[in-house]
Amino acid sequence: MSSLSFVRETMLPSSTPPTMEGSVIGWVRYNLFNGPFNSILTLLFGAFIVFIMYEILPWVFLSSWTATSLQECRDTIALVHGEGTTGACWAVIRERYLQLFYGFYPRELYWRVNLTFLFMLVALAPVLFPKLPRQLLYFTGIYPFLGYWLLWGGTIWTPFLTFAGLIVAFLVLNFISEKRGLLLGVITGILLIVIWFVFGVIPVAGLFNNALPLGIEIVESDQFGGFTLSVIIGSSGIAASLPIGILLALGRKSDLFIVKSLCVGFIEFIRGVPLITLLFVASTLLNYFMPPGTNFDIILRVVIMVTLFSSAYMAEVIRGGLAALPKGQYEAGDALGLDYWKSMRLIILPQALKVSIPGIVSTYIGLFKDTTLVSIIGLLDPIGLSGAIRSDTAWNGIVWELYAFVAVIFFVFCFAMSRYSIYLEKKLETGHR
Amino acid sequence: MTEAPLKKTFTIGMLLYDTRYRSMTIQIFALVCFMLLVSWLISNTIQNLETLGKGVELWFLFEPASYDINQKLIEYDSRSTHLRAAFVGLINTLIVAILGCITATVLGIIIGILRLSRNWIVAKIMTCWVEMFRNVPVLLWIVFFMAILIETFPTPSSFRGENAESSLLLWESVAVTNRGTYLPEPLFHNGLGDVSIFGVVDVSLDFVAFLIILVVGILVSNFLKKRADATQQATGRRPLVWPYRIAVIVIPPLILLYVLGFYLGLPELKGFNFKGGIYLRNSLIALWLALSCYTSAFIAEIVRAGIMAISKGQTEAAYSLGLRPGPTMNLVILPQALRVIIPPLISQFLNLTKNSSLAISVGYMDITGTLGGITLNQTGRELETILLLMLVFLSISLSISAVMNWYNSTVKIKER
Repeated sequence: MSSLSFVRETMLPSSTPPTMEGSVIGWVRYNLFNGPFNSILTLLFGAFIVFIMYEILPWVFLSSWTATSLQECRDTIALVHGEGTTGACWAVIRERYLQLFYGFYPRELYWRVNLTFLFMLVALAPVLFPKLPRQLLYFTGIYPFLGYWLLWGGTIWTPFLTFAGLIVAFLVLNFISEKRGLLLGVITGILLIVIWFVFGVIPVAGLFNNALPLGIEIVESDQFGGFTLSVIIGSSGIAASLPIGILLALGRKSDLFIVKSLCVGFIEFIRGVPLITLLFVASTLLNYFMPPGTNFDIILRVVIMVTLFSSAYMAEVIRGGLAALPKGQYEAGDALGLDYWKSMRLIILPQALKVSIPGIVSTYIGLFKDTTLVSIIGLLDPIGLSGAIRSDTAWNGIVWELYAFVAVIFFVFCFAMSRYSIYLEKKLETGHR
Repeated sequence: MTEAPLKKTFTIGMLLYDTRYRSMTIQIFALVCFMLLVSWLISNTIQNLETLGKGVELWFLFEPASYDINQKLIEYDSRSTHLRAAFVGLINTLIVAILGCITATVLGIIIGILRLSRNWIVAKIMTCWVEMFRNVPVLLWIVFFMAILIETFPTPSSFRGENAESSLLLWESVAVTNRGTYLPEPLFHNGLGDVSIFGVVDVSLDFVAFLIILVVGILVSNFLKKRADATQQATGRRPLVWPYRIAVIVIPPLILLYVLGFYLGLPELKGFNFKGGIYLRNSLIALWLALSCYTSAFIAEIVRAGIMAISKGQTEAAYSLGLRPGPTMNLVILPQALRVIIPPLISQFLNLTKNSSLAISVGYMDITGTLGGITLNQTGRELETILLLMLVFLSISLSISAVMNWYNSTVKIKER
């Protein structure tokens, strides 16, 4: 036997992949033309896209950016792009974008709005991206009071004393909780805050202001408008509705009958009525419910109503998350000897909130979109302002440009929120549910 | 030798530290806070009303409304009461809510399924639709659709003359103008007339007769199906019934229509506007389309999630049992997917109904426009009208969710 064997010494050159795989043609055949039905659909929808583009693109691009009235705008378009062209008149955006963003905020004070939004990004950053240093969270805590002061102006002492009152109440709560138990601590804390807000803040702020007047120019609420107003209402609602929603959800799942019925009643009532009726309450009825002579700010009233509204929806979303947790998690908390709040804070809520992220974010998106409803009760949000601009004689007859602009801005905000929610979900995914 | 029994003394501290009593303490504290809040609000309200010299009463509902409502299904004129105006508004709300729910569901199902299509271009267009409608406020869509209707459709006068710029659609029967759409109207040569129920609502007897005969036809058809099923169970052979089933549903109503002398009343251009036919106002169409498209985006996502939640193994199991694709969908996939789809679908219907209150922005006279709008402004009774408005919406919401929950419980898994 001879030792015949074959050992390959040179490799064959690899052959090219079949044309159907990995090539554009293959992809097209697989995804667009696999079968007669799909081919027809592709052709139909392709024709649809071409049609839409054919109708819209000339309108968008054969347009005019410089004019001071609709007539001038149309003349410019006819002159530049030929007679009979019906292009968009983007000049209205160029003329009025400041108004659409800032409403009637005094022009020389725009820097205050800009600064507030800059600070908002800084305050949001540590919440959104956990890699940033945790010390930034202190700024997030101060931000609501700082932002309020920057936007509305006036003496710095009112927001400062409000903030200080909260800090003191929190310290007292902590102190009593350690000495005398959580319940007594919470009750004292709440009582302190209520007393301080009702009787303390305003007179003391007046005293401080007399001693050391520190303040900036006051801007009245009726000067607010445009996207500034939407973002103010939206972000305050977003910030406040999550904690309230969590409390309501826990209340709804609690064993305490009275607490549970109060929470269920509140949630079902709010979810049963449209937001617009609550805004009517804010604009007309709230003055009836308050002590005679109080007349508090319309934006604040709207923020309160929007917050209550979305916190009821938030509570239902979080309740879903709580219900999705297996019972063993609750029992594990009890078995470790944790009390109710500790087991909620350390075991239940982190998991429940993670499950409910998509719902929470879509509630946020809904809240932000719903801020446009304030135009119905006469506040000048972007939609209200569009109406005002359309009734201006110079721009009478303009329709699509304003709506398109407002829609695009809302789209960007909401789409960004939904993308962030997908990012967060992926990041927190632990592989088991 | 027995140990001394533990003394059970009650101390005040136990209210705070003993878990047996603590829950009572918390509840009583919550209740007292709530009562205090409510009584504070009520006393404020009473005080404020006294200063204004107003009382709380509902008699204003029975005073003449003295305003007109442009869309009314029941008889209404400016001498009718505010209560009747509110009722007309309620009917208008329900019309747009029901129309909207139906179209939104149909659109949503189609878009949701097409979004799962393997056809790239179709799936992408559907994704665009969903993202476009979901991320822009519904109020903007409503005013936008209203603008489309007003700005792009021809004026009634452009239908005039020999060589008119615009013409009626669908065999000269539908007029789409910038003032609204006119549809042909069913009329009868020898109709049965109307009957008044308690002098409140007039109901067309023709319509009632048609409805009764249709329902009876469907019942008979179901009876035929059951009998055929029983025969199939007993003998293994299914008698031919579907022609009869269709016949009992279709033929009697046709006979009725013939007997009543049915014809279509077509819209005609008279003066500056169209007359005759069913007049759909632009405000109704804009609201309807905007709400349907907006809600359809949400429903599409729900449908997609529902279908994706059913594992592929279910389809394969059905195929291995020898079921064909049609029965697989009907008997295996849909019943399971529906269970996932229905609860969120209910809340979308509720949302649509509540969003229909935005009608006020395009001047559609729904209940927010009548009771919460003009009645409020004319009588100056903010408290009563807004509370009534909330009560109405609350009862609509609660009844929709009750009906839907009942339906949900019938499709739920019957666990034994």
